[in-house]
Amino acid sequence: MSAQQAAAGEMLVSVQEADFDVGAETARLGDGRRDVGGIATFIGLVRDANDGSGVSAMTLEHYPGMTERALGDIVEQACVRWSPLSVRVIHRVGRLQPGDRIVFVGVAAAHRGEAFAACEFIMDYLKTQAPFWKREETPEGARWVDARESDDTAAARWSAAASASKG
Amino acid sequence: MALRILYFAALREALGVSAEDFDPPAGVASVSALRACLVARGGVWEKLAAANVKAAVNQRMVGGDASVGPGDEVAFFPPVTGG
Repeated sequence: MSAQQAAAGEMLVSVQEADFDVGAETARLGDGRRDVGGIATFIGLVRDANDGSGVSAMTLEHYPGMTERALGDIVEQACVRWSPLSVRVIHRVGRLQPGDRIVFVGVAAAHRGEAFAACEFIMDYLKTQAPFWKREETPEGARWVDARESDDTAAARWSAAASASKG
Repeated sequence: MALRILYFAALREALGVSAEDFDPPAGVASVSALRACLVARGGVWEKLAAANVKAAVNQRMVGGDASVGPGDEVAFFPPVTGG
């Protein structure tokens, strides 16, 4: 597939403490458009356990300025690869509790394949490229969450897929 | 003109510093050279030598050979864990 300019849709990125309205955000991706064939969304939540310990709360730290820029770059890369019609990324920061929403990624596209792929790509890259750090509160005390190798592998397969499709 | 250096998450906590202005010695023009300079402070600063420490220059993630100069904003941090 040749690189294309991003379609003239709405590409919006937010980093905020406040919760978000999944229904409203999802609906907005298709509002006023007749070219959207499907919307894929991913919503990340805080789990109550990680690495064998209970988690009572977590605090998300980030790098203000770079975070918004990194998320914007990731969305731009997704736009070049799949030409989605609209994209919304929201990532929360601050102190969150189990069951709370952390992240929303929504992609509207003409066809489901593009919507699913772009949504998964954005999440995989967000996990390895966007400067957020989680600090968990557990019965054994507070601890910084370690990065997972599986996240690097998940992000790397997109560049492997790109090289394979070129060859 | 000095560099602005920022530290985040576990690294910020270990170093006890979130930001500093630093005037590097002459000849220090890359991220890895700057990092070596800071590690040379000894003690907790040796944590900056860990292989998994990431760097950004002017809010873009970079490798060790990226250049740094006066007025740049450089950041050091552990691997990211958002999402």
